[in-house]
Amino acid sequence: MKFSFNIFLSFFRFKESKWMNIHVGDVIRLKKNDFIPADILLLSSSNPNSLCYVETAELDGETNLKFKMGLKVTDEKLQEESQLASFDALIECEEPNNRLDKFTGVMKWKDEFYPLDLDNMLLRGCKIRNTDECHGLVIFAGSDTKIMRNGGKTRFKRTKIDELMNYMVYTIFVLLFLVSAGLAIGNSFWYEEIGKRAWYLSDGLQQSASYRGFLSFWGYIIVLNTMVPISLYVSVEVIRLGQSKFINWDLQMYYPEKDTPAKARTTTLNEQLGQIEYIFTDKTGTLTQNIMAFKKCTIGGQIYGDSVGPLKNSRPVDFSWNKYADGKFQFFDHSLISHIQSKNDLEVFEFFKLLSLCHTVMVDQNDKDLVYQAASPDEGALVTAARNFGFVFLSRTQDTITVSEMGSVATYQMLALLDFNSDRKRMSIILRFPNGKIRLYCKGADTVIYERLHPSSQNKETTQTALETFANETLRTLCLCYKDISNEEYETWSKKHKAASISMSNREEALDEVSELIEKNLVLIGATAIEDKLQDGVPETIAKLAKADIKIWVLTGDKKETAENIGYSCDLLTDDMKIHYGDDVNVKLQNRQADNIGTDGRQGKAKEPFFPEPGKNALIITGGWLNEILYEKKKKRRRLRLRKLRKKTSSNNSMDGQLMNEMEKEQRQKDFVDMACECSAVICCRVTPKQKANVVSLVKKYKKAITLSIGDGANDVNMIKTADIGVGISGQEGMQAVMSSDYAFAQFRYLQRLLLVHGRWSYIRMCKFLRYFFFKNFAFTLVHFWYSFFSGYSAQIAYENWFITLYNVCYSSLPVLLVGLLDQDVSDKLSVRFPKLYLPGQKGLLFNYKNFFTSLFHGIFTSMIIFFIPYGAFLQTMGQDGEAPSDYQSFAVVTASSLIFIVNLQISLETSYWTFVNCFAVLGSIAIYFGIMFDIHSAGIHVIFTSAFTFTGVASNALRQPYLWLTIILTMAISLLPVICVEFLYKTIWPSEGDKIQRNKKKYEKEEEEVRKPTAFQRGRRSRRSAYAFSHSQGYADLIASGRSIRRKPVRKPIPESIREVPQAENI
Amino acid sequence: MMASSYSAKEEDGHHSGAPGPGGVNAKSRKPDNTAFKQQRLPAWQPILTAGTVLPAFFIIGLLFIPIGIGLYVTSNNIKEYEIDYTGVDMSSPCFNCSQNYSWNSTKPCTCSVAFSLDQPFESNVFMYYGLSNYYQNHRRYVKSRDDSQLNGNLNSLKDPSKECEPYRTNDGLPIAPCGAIANSLFNDTLELYYNDPNGTKIPIRLVKTGIAWWTDKHVKFRNPVGDGSNLSAVFQGTTKPVNWQKYVYQLDTDPDNNGFINEDLIVWMRTAALPTFRKLYRIIEKQGDATPTLPRGNYTLLITYNYPVRSFEGRKRMILSTISWMGGKNPFLGIAYITVGSVCFFLGVVLLIIHHKYGSRSNNADIAS
Repeated sequence: MKFSFNIFLSFFRFKESKWMNIHVGDVIRLKKNDFIPADILLLSSSNPNSLCYVETAELDGETNLKFKMGLKVTDEKLQEESQLASFDALIECEEPNNRLDKFTGVMKWKDEFYPLDLDNMLLRGCKIRNTDECHGLVIFAGSDTKIMRNGGKTRFKRTKIDELMNYMVYTIFVLLFLVSAGLAIGNSFWYEEIGKRAWYLSDGLQQSASYRGFLSFWGYIIVLNTMVPISLYVSVEVIRLGQSKFINWDLQMYYPEKDTPAKARTTTLNEQLGQIEYIFTDKTGTLTQNIMAFKKCTIGGQIYGDSVGPLKNSRPVDFSWNKYADGKFQFFDHSLISHIQSKNDLEVFEFFKLLSLCHTVMVDQNDKDLVYQAASPDEGALVTAARNFGFVFLSRTQDTITVSEMGSVATYQMLALLDFNSDRKRMSIILRFPNGKIRLYCKGADTVIYERLHPSSQNKETTQTALETFANETLRTLCLCYKDISNEEYETWSKKHKAASISMSNREEALDEVSELIEKNLVLIGATAIEDKLQDGVPETIAKLAKADIKIWVLTGDKKETAENIGYSCDLLTDDMKIHYGDDVNVKLQNRQADNIGTDGRQGKAKEPFFPEPGKNALIITGGWLNEILYEKKKKRRRLRLRKLRKKTSSNNSMDGQLMNEMEKEQRQKDFVDMACECSAVICCRVTPKQKANVVSLVKKYKKAITLSIGDGANDVNMIKTADIGVGISGQEGMQAVMSSDYAFAQFRYLQRLLLVHGRWSYIRMCKFLRYFFFKNFAFTLVHFWYSFFSGYSAQIAYENWFITLYNVCYSSLPVLLVGLLDQDVSDKLSVRFPKLYLPGQKGLLFNYKNFFTSLFHGIFTSMIIFFIPYGAFLQTMGQDGEAPSDYQSFAVVTASSLIFIVNLQISLETSYWTFVNCFAVLGSIAIYFGIMFDIHSAGIHVIFTSAFTFTGVASNALRQPYLWLTIILTMAISLLPVICVEFLYKTIWPSEGDKIQRNKKKYEKEEEEVRKPTAFQRGRRSRRSAYAFSHSQGYADLIASGRSIRRKPVRKPIPESIREVPQAENI
Repeated sequence: MMASSYSAKEEDGHHSGAPGPGGVNAKSRKPDNTAFKQQRLPAWQPILTAGTVLPAFFIIGLLFIPIGIGLYVTSNNIKEYEIDYTGVDMSSPCFNCSQNYSWNSTKPCTCSVAFSLDQPFESNVFMYYGLSNYYQNHRRYVKSRDDSQLNGNLNSLKDPSKECEPYRTNDGLPIAPCGAIANSLFNDTLELYYNDPNGTKIPIRLVKTGIAWWTDKHVKFRNPVGDGSNLSAVFQGTTKPVNWQKYVYQLDTDPDNNGFINEDLIVWMRTAALPTFRKLYRIIEKQGDATPTLPRGNYTLLITYNYPVRSFEGRKRMILSTISWMGGKNPFLGIAYITVGSVCFFLGVVLLIIHHKYGSRSNNADIAS
């Protein structure tokens, strides 16, 4: 099916409109820094050639800018408003789908057909950058947009406890039916034996014993229905609402800089926060601030820049001498600037010259202020650094670059620009100096640069040491080098280059090969170190969460190098880890699969670990490998391979192929999850939103674990929706993630407090609440059960009607509700300090079937005591004044009073945080009980409502007898002392972590008050890894080389068709 | 139609800290720093430590044992005498009466049981009748009454509640008092005679008022107030319960103990909790300081046997008992208190030992942060 539509125009002027009013076929105008509201076909823009830059961080987490281009024909003919108004074309395109990397369509306009692809499309969720204005035609709007298609279904999320609770309620229902049925049978037998001969009970109805039993069954269903805690659901919701409010009110999760408090957007998931086992986090904007800062450099073996961050007392270098200086730039090493100002260190000059020349940044001059438009923040940071140190990139044309070097303006002729790509990991520029000299400047990853250095190049060792230092500080490094080229050498190379650039097949490879020829025998200048600024407290938070046995996986759309670098800088990866990449993983998984197939596909034998070697392992895997490993979208190849496999193994495998495929896929997924879970860190990079969600659901499916996703961008929406709990980073411009999240706050570090404090408290409170609630209803209801043995199984109730009505509402709910809202076993500070306290929640130790049955038996025990102690005390006795207290009504009052005392004292035992409200509630409940009881037993109310209140005078007659009070006290003692005893024994013999901390609370709190010295997260060991990570894919080299982006071109040349294919904006 | 994009920020209703459209100083969204909202309410955090639990157990033990002993001794000092006069055995004096059962027999069947008291009963003696295997607590039985009628409501008198069915009306007339409870009113008459050693039988004076709760007699049960002072006129238009031989206004001659406020009726209407129960029947008041209320010796219980219990294997008993501050004789509570007290004491010792064994160890164990 194809979607086709005509452009619909009725007005001839643009007007402001809301997103919700955008329809397919509208022509819209977007301004700089606007979010793109729909999937739009770019028609024209204020930039030359209808170029339009977009930031896709929301979409894929990549930080570099991408560019999109309008069709040539629309660029030429649709610049004016009137032209746009009369635009009429027929567009046929694919139906809405979730592929962010693909778009196909055809535009028919004025009887000509134009192919459309992703390069012409502005996708919803991106942001317009560096482009003043652009016009577009809405192709997909609303939920048809690609990002929304990626959003996944909004699930109704429930907590594990919810599920458990439901099953327990089913269990109670079953129990209720069984007990009622048992008692109904009892009733039948009793009627047969006694009832039908008791003339005084004769009701004149000729009903058989079994029919009476049947009636009694329903009678007991009604009498015992209080066992099913209906009010539980309401109370649970109230508690959750309270917990959510506490999260909203938490000052320690309030981010003053953006005036953003934390927000619990759902009120149903709080206790789940105390059970998280896996956290899936986005990188860009979540772990990092997406701000790059030029931190350090090494020039000629000399390291510049402070060793440990900006110290409080050191003041930043003053750049006021430089009229071009960017005020936001800060650097703390004064020696570098003095080197430059003394103008005697040529290498320093060369270093900054390179930074100001070798890049693909474009410049805008706004009010005499330079605005750099960099393809990536890394590159922007480098050029900005050079600018501040006096080497200011001023402007560029198609083949020249103008810079101001310490005040003197020079123009260089650009001969060739060899751009970055992920294989080359370097970029070079060949320049002709004003004096005619030809020089190649190159910057790139240390690994690739060192291979290409001239053997005599100096400072190799010292730079290497510096690089290691930088790597240790998890700074992103780039090596800088240059090479002088003779004219002849350049000419010969230039020919080859030209030949390669017009070759029809494999142009890319050909160009890369040619580049290799010139990029050799380089001379090392130094290296830069850029900090991808983490959000505050990220490593500390991750360390804390890791101590709480929470596994953290980073899922990012960004590149492997940057992801790995962030992994190191936030302490997810450490140097003692063995890192496994996609191919390695694939081999291991295939071996495992082969093993399984070797054993007839059965997986009966115990799993041996994937990584038998001791030591920590980490997994870094890209989206591509993920597809490969999990057999996604590889159906054809899979089938082929399967056929091969099957031939190889056995021919008697009669299993249906499709089933086999499914089974194999499932096994493979399971293996992958098992393997990933053996690793202490997992980083998935270059994954699409869909894949992110897939990874989350894999873990959910095979580990049965509770997962949390945290992210900030539109690309995290699916993952946030998929995980059991989704957290959005709020306070930023995009709201997509927040809108689909369950919790939102401004900083990653608040996650620690959300889980370890709020989550843990919520879980403990909820568990305590549920355990007690079940207990209190069992203790209450089962008294009827015991009584039925003595009342002919006649469904007679053991309490007054009014008491049954009011028990759950007035007499027993408030104290437990307050425990559910306010209880704290240890303070928030200690909760954070001892992450081990989080473990019981993960294991679900505080509320499970075992606890449920404990509550059940506790309830049975208590109800027995409540019934049988008065039974023993009353049966044959009489009161003080000779009147028998063994009448039904006195008995009901005594059991009810005992019950109220017991349940309220029981909750007192469970309360570990006694505020005045709790005291008030417990005492108040008891007081209300007596107050109401004396009221409804009073003479006055009986006179007014004679039939409704028939317990007249019972309370006063019964409760003035000391004997009954002694009975009540005995009942209380027998039901509470065993509880105290057992609890004390548990705390003494098998104390939990929490008990120990509680016991030593005073000591810890005193320690807490003492000022703790700040812990520096500095790794001691030196690493031998490359810290290259440039968040930069293919830059704008082609754009620059073709000159299309350069403004104020004298002549607008028609663009050769071949070039348009080149700028593949690398979308995932 | 043309449309240009609208600001995403406004679309989302998100201000990111910037003041609202017109506001100059928008209110900060910073949460209040109150003890409640920050969950820092002052609180007392008790935990079960040896210091609190062990003394508690010892103290409870020390308190309960004396209470138990006190209860036990008091219970033992109470004198109680009980005879079963159902007449199950052939040899039993009431066997014949128990066999010939008919509600309508005009000639009452009487039998007498002789018994002797080994010890004199001092102070007031309470006389009870006891029934066993009698389910006064059956649900349908318990609710088969009309409290409104018993409270003297004239409408209910003429039109009793549906709960009374099938004892609501008889021969088209409303029953007063209606319901199964009233219908099965205990109607044996018990008389007590002291067999003087010289051979004469001295009747013992049995007081039949003061056996019901004050609230029952004066609040819950009231005779309907009619035109005349005559009770029979008030109950005009009602009939007696099926099993009764007399009308409700014929229960006693004393107007303060007749009709609905007849104390035998009131006591019966206060249904028992358990199938074995006793109800106060009469009080034998102390005559003077010189002689015990019931001296040692032989007695005869004269029973007008009206109430059939054999059909459902019930038993009828007559109980004589003195009472104390704790009520009647019942050793259960005393024994229970002594047991619980001793167990507490014992547990206290056991816990002390366990605490010494484990407590010090876990106290010193430090927790890694």
